[in-house]
Amino acid sequence: MAAKTLIINGKHVSAEENATILEAATEAGISIPTLCHLDGVYDAGACRLCLVEVAGISKLLPACTTKVAEGMDVSTDTERLRKYRRMTLELLFAERNHVCAVCVSNNHCELQTLAYSQGMEHVRFEYRFPKWEVDNTHALFGMDHNRCILCTRCVRVCWHIEGAGTKNESGRGAKERIITDLNQPWGASDTCTNCGKCVMACPTGALFYKGSTVSEMERDRSKLEFIVTAREKKQWIASE
Amino acid sequence: MVIDDLIAIAEQERAARKKYVIRCCLAAGCMSSNSKGVKEALDVAVKEAGLENDVEVRGVGCMKLCCQGPLVQIDGDGQGATVRIEGNPQGPLYQRVTPEDAASLVATLKGGKTNVQRGDPAQPFFTNQVSIVLANSGIVDPERIESYIAADGYQALHDVLREMTPKDVVEAMIKSGLRGRGGAGYPTGLKWATVAKTPGNQKYVICNADEGDPGAFMDRSVLESDPHSVLEGMAIGAYAVGANQGFIYVRAEYPLAISRLQNAIKQAKQKELLGSGVFESPFNFNIDVRIGAGAFVCGEETALMSSVEGKRGSPRPRPPFPAERGLWSSPTLINNVETFANVPPIFRKGPEWFAGIGTEKSKGTKVFALAGRITNTGLLEVPMGTTLREIVEKMGGGAPDGRKIKAVQTGGPSGGCIPAEALDTPVDYDSLVKLGSIMGSGGMIVMDDTSRMVDVARFFMEFCMDESCGKCIPCRAGTVQMYHLLNKILEGKATPRDLEQLESLCDLVKNTSLCGLGQTAPNPVLSTLRFFRKEYTDLLKEDVYAGPKTDDPGQTNGGPKPEALLPVT
Amino acid sequence: MSFLDLDEFLIELAGKVELVFSPVMDVKEYPENVDLCLVEGAVCNEDNLEMIHKVRRRTKILVSFGDCAVTANVTAIRNQLGLGNAESVLQRAYVEGAQSNPGVPREPGIVPLLLPRVMPVHEVVRVDYFLPGCPPPADRIKAVLTQVLSGVEPKLEGLQLKFG
Repeated sequence: MAAKTLIINGKHVSAEENATILEAATEAGISIPTLCHLDGVYDAGACRLCLVEVAGISKLLPACTTKVAEGMDVSTDTERLRKYRRMTLELLFAERNHVCAVCVSNNHCELQTLAYSQGMEHVRFEYRFPKWEVDNTHALFGMDHNRCILCTRCVRVCWHIEGAGTKNESGRGAKERIITDLNQPWGASDTCTNCGKCVMACPTGALFYKGSTVSEMERDRSKLEFIVTAREKKQWIASE
Repeated sequence: MVIDDLIAIAEQERAARKKYVIRCCLAAGCMSSNSKGVKEALDVAVKEAGLENDVEVRGVGCMKLCCQGPLVQIDGDGQGATVRIEGNPQGPLYQRVTPEDAASLVATLKGGKTNVQRGDPAQPFFTNQVSIVLANSGIVDPERIESYIAADGYQALHDVLREMTPKDVVEAMIKSGLRGRGGAGYPTGLKWATVAKTPGNQKYVICNADEGDPGAFMDRSVLESDPHSVLEGMAIGAYAVGANQGFIYVRAEYPLAISRLQNAIKQAKQKELLGSGVFESPFNFNIDVRIGAGAFVCGEETALMSSVEGKRGSPRPRPPFPAERGLWSSPTLINNVETFANVPPIFRKGPEWFAGIGTEKSKGTKVFALAGRITNTGLLEVPMGTTLREIVEKMGGGAPDGRKIKAVQTGGPSGGCIPAEALDTPVDYDSLVKLGSIMGSGGMIVMDDTSRMVDVARFFMEFCMDESCGKCIPCRAGTVQMYHLLNKILEGKATPRDLEQLESLCDLVKNTSLCGLGQTAPNPVLSTLRFFRKEYTDLLKEDVYAGPKTDDPGQTNGGPKPEALLPVT
Repeated sequence: MSFLDLDEFLIELAGKVELVFSPVMDVKEYPENVDLCLVEGAVCNEDNLEMIHKVRRRTKILVSFGDCAVTANVTAIRNQLGLGNAESVLQRAYVEGAQSNPGVPREPGIVPLLLPRVMPVHEVVRVDYFLPGCPPPADRIKAVLTQVLSGVEPKLEGLQLKFG
């Protein structure tokens, strides 16, 4: 496979021909903030946090779905991008009810981590305080829509890795929500295999193991990684 | 079907033309004011007057001056399907016809009198139109393929299949200079060339008929009035790019368009103008209709394709573009209704003829749906480069009740408001973009001096907020915040800092959203801010605390005690 | 309480500042010309509203202190109930949950009325600096106070900005 050479933040980087900008940057030790991206499942390009600037292209491009090209000059951390990233995170915090102090994922939350690493010390938009339900009907897991950021990782792992197709999206815009099967309580689902991959994939406290309380919800992504590596590379070991 | 069969059908149809043709509009606009009842009453009246042998009552498509419907026009001796409104001053036009008027209308053919309101076919609204896409609209019977064939229908398809290589077809399209009529104005020939050149055993052609802009009804009218022109255009496109399957994606809110399309497809198949070995060539092509559930975002091509595949209609990042990886990952040609409807005339009359109409960079004509505060609400087709003033003042008749036109909104929720001062702008893709708007699919909403521009911006923002698919954060959550801020401004509760926040949100949503819906959602706000900023600032209230601590445009700290904070009692 | 976790720094601090108003001090009126105020809690009732406006008018540097002030936090959960939420929570607390004497206390001038919506401080007045945390850990408080006292623009970074 041919390699491509490109520049990321002024640094010359070589990448595999079909690599995305995100993969090339990660390999070169350059971190780009992501939220909907999850190693091992196909990308959605939805959260817009990994947008980068590419010289000569006026539009910002998502690093997770844009393939590298020879000579591409990428900037991942400009003032403009930082401004957009912070605003996007603030929009998320204002959109639903993210109360870190009482969240199962406090201290282990990707949204929380991104917020402070992007310098978000307060939310400048008015909080919307929508009313959302918690689905506690499943024997092992719970789903709190208040904390859902609609990254669709759970949907993608459910379809792509587990192949169960239990999780889905319903509604649109601010009313969009994750559903199980044809919008029935999770506990009543015929298709759910209780595999828990969705819970492992969730970046926030939206999906949780029942019984976990504030700050207790830690996720183990190594299992997802193990499965994907085994399936795609035929290696029965979890890669680093 | 060979060419002789086609010519025979056309000749037979023309020969069967009766002395008089009473054309009655059966498009959705007039149907909503009972034009179907009018047509039936006319049939009865003709029978009762014993004129069956001399008079044909023909249900036709849109006769354009929708606000005066139901419309009925009587043609004298002429060339049947090719009689044009402007070319037939003898043909009196009747407006607001009711079923009770039928007898007196038929009586006029025997020298009788009628009190039915007469329209003026010689007014600029009609005479300044140049009909390419709408040439058959209001003339042919959309329910009968013979009527379309008599208007030279399917001849272009024959000529293309039998006399041109796919490469010739693409080159002719490039030469014609046609640009996509769906909104962005991408050169059609170039798109066809890309799909043609992309390797693939299976390719598709899609017609985007998911017209969703508020106030826009061009595509619906074309489908209801002349469905075969779209089918023929798609077939020519399919031949050019090497596709064998087409889909027309229509929204479920267009039941009449759907039934006429399905009927047209059935008739074309019966006549072997669709199917295998069309005109005894090796060309195979089928078209299926896919009905959308009316989500605005499904007009976005990647979302549309996802919906055709049976999945949730949400967009995906481009590239890859549909030309490369489209429907079921196959190379796909996707064009809008009006674009396809332009294709048969281009091949009938030649790309040079088409390129001779319009401006340097925008060729041909454009259909507009004129609505809002305007005297002549309806459908009009004018050459590219016609000024807005000509369209809204001369042809549209200006604002009703002696009001003054304040602005013209083009391009739907993705477009912008063009102020009255800029009415002399020639309408083409590039000049509208310079004014912060877009051509869009052709919706044109006129506002008079009673319209409040912040209200207009809020209306479109609410639309975008409701129609956001929810996939990407800036569009899903940003439109909610923008709508909230616009409400706050309209309620007189906003401060200059809220306006700054609104502007920084516009910047964010425009530059970071995934698809065109989000990227253009701020346009109505941006364009009204550009031309009517004072209407915003007049609604703002003073900030009791000094300005923001930093220059950060998103800063919202402080602000006065809002009225909303009255305690509960 | 986490303020008390500042331990010996409190003594250092006492030498540099004059404490003029605090919930643990018996001062009835918020004084004029205050240099720095750490504002705790969200704006929930009309007393809070009046107070925060007064504080803003009389204070040079206003710091939104802790998650309740910065995000409205748990106290704002009632906002999810929409319009009429204030009455609903009062009913729940004083009527449905009452073991004896059910009834919402209504004493104008004594019991402050709830606002229709709980707001973070910055939605009501201008805030100069934000110090999130639930509660803000002592080192975070110390960092901000030290910077302010030495005349530096206080700036927190990374983990120091973590909510929760």
